[in-house]
Amino acid sequence: MKNFLATTPGIIVTGVIIGVLASVLQKYGNPANMGICVACFGRDVAGGLGLHRAAVVQYLRPEIMGLVLGSLLAALATREFRPRGGSAPLVRFVLGMIAAMGALVFLGCPWRAILRLAGGDGNALLGLAGLGVGIWIGTLFFKNGYSLGRSSTQGVAAGVLFPAIMAGLLLLYFFFPQVEGQAQSGPIFYSVKGPGSQHAPFLISFGLACVIGFAAQRSRFCTMGAFRDLFLFRSTHLLLGIVAMLVAAFAANYLTGSFTPGFAGQPVAHTDHIWNFMGMVTAGLAFALAGGCPGRQLFMAGEGDSDAAVFVLGMLAGAAMAHNFGSASSGAGIGAYGIHATLIGLAVCLVIGVLNLKKA
Amino acid sequence: MRTIDAQGLSCPQPLVLFHAAIKENATDPLDVLVDNEASRENVSREARNHGWKVEAIDMGNGTTRLEIRK
Repeated sequence: MKNFLATTPGIIVTGVIIGVLASVLQKYGNPANMGICVACFGRDVAGGLGLHRAAVVQYLRPEIMGLVLGSLLAALATREFRPRGGSAPLVRFVLGMIAAMGALVFLGCPWRAILRLAGGDGNALLGLAGLGVGIWIGTLFFKNGYSLGRSSTQGVAAGVLFPAIMAGLLLLYFFFPQVEGQAQSGPIFYSVKGPGSQHAPFLISFGLACVIGFAAQRSRFCTMGAFRDLFLFRSTHLLLGIVAMLVAAFAANYLTGSFTPGFAGQPVAHTDHIWNFMGMVTAGLAFALAGGCPGRQLFMAGEGDSDAAVFVLGMLAGAAMAHNFGSASSGAGIGAYGIHATLIGLAVCLVIGVLNLKKA
Repeated sequence: MRTIDAQGLSCPQPLVLFHAAIKENATDPLDVLVDNEASRENVSREARNHGWKVEAIDMGNGTTRLEIRK
């Protein structure tokens, strides 16, 4: 069966969809330059569940559930859903933790790095440069036989459990809805102020994320893969997707008057160039070693890949730790332990890389 | 006949193996076994971009044999 979205025009269409819908989500209430960010929204979900108690970033973002369930829908519709796993799950969990902690030093996943740049935030250039360097280091490992081992076909439960957890989060969202001005509804936490309090209405958040999840599953859209395939194979297929996303988000921002170029005073961002760069070096290497950017991991988890699901759970744990430990940055600058988290995370990634080289 | 078993391997490993194989020998036929759509598309696209012909044979149980020929 011909898969249009897996063609070159298809990956460009997917990039445009993500870029434009991110801008729409911002217009409807999501934080500025954060229309859709898997690291930030994962962090908000961890906060909504009370895994960390940073009061300004707690909200069960329906975008996360939508991305996974949209991918599940696409995978089911095209008979691509296949429960699989068993390729070094604990290593993937740790890589997920490190990825989230590194990304939260920069304040964004690769998607948000692109959206920040499209909104005029010059600090994103440092983040994207760091991302490229981290992924480039990852390609050196792949050139020397790095592998986390083969996955194998698993029982149905392994494949459906993660989408089921997402459905469970939706149920929690409905049974314990946000109460105006209240920081808690039953067991679920809701930010009253700060980025966590800024969100689009449920149907828009969830619906648009489903559309993105569907398109991205079909097209295999991946920001990490875009850099990696360029470095490893001189292939520009996935790169065209992220360039399209950048151009589309920029155009949407420009037309709606949301483009404000500069470094200082950008929304949910700081101007510490070195650690904007280094945070994403660490995150980029973790994404590369785990085989996908945070978005791609969500989509793979939706199509039954329990290894990707374990990476996402690692990201939730890492995001919670980043706020509990004070390693996450804020608009005021990097956290007290941001440098420690970045460097320890980088060192752990390098060790994981070396220990998984298989070349004789 | 050269055969690469890329089943259960995630990106970019199937492509890394494919490139190593065509670097070693740029003319002999090559079969690649894959077990997911993303790998099937990636290896096929890359092989065609390098001037090879690709035929996909469904082996059942989700496995596809990509017959890659000059």
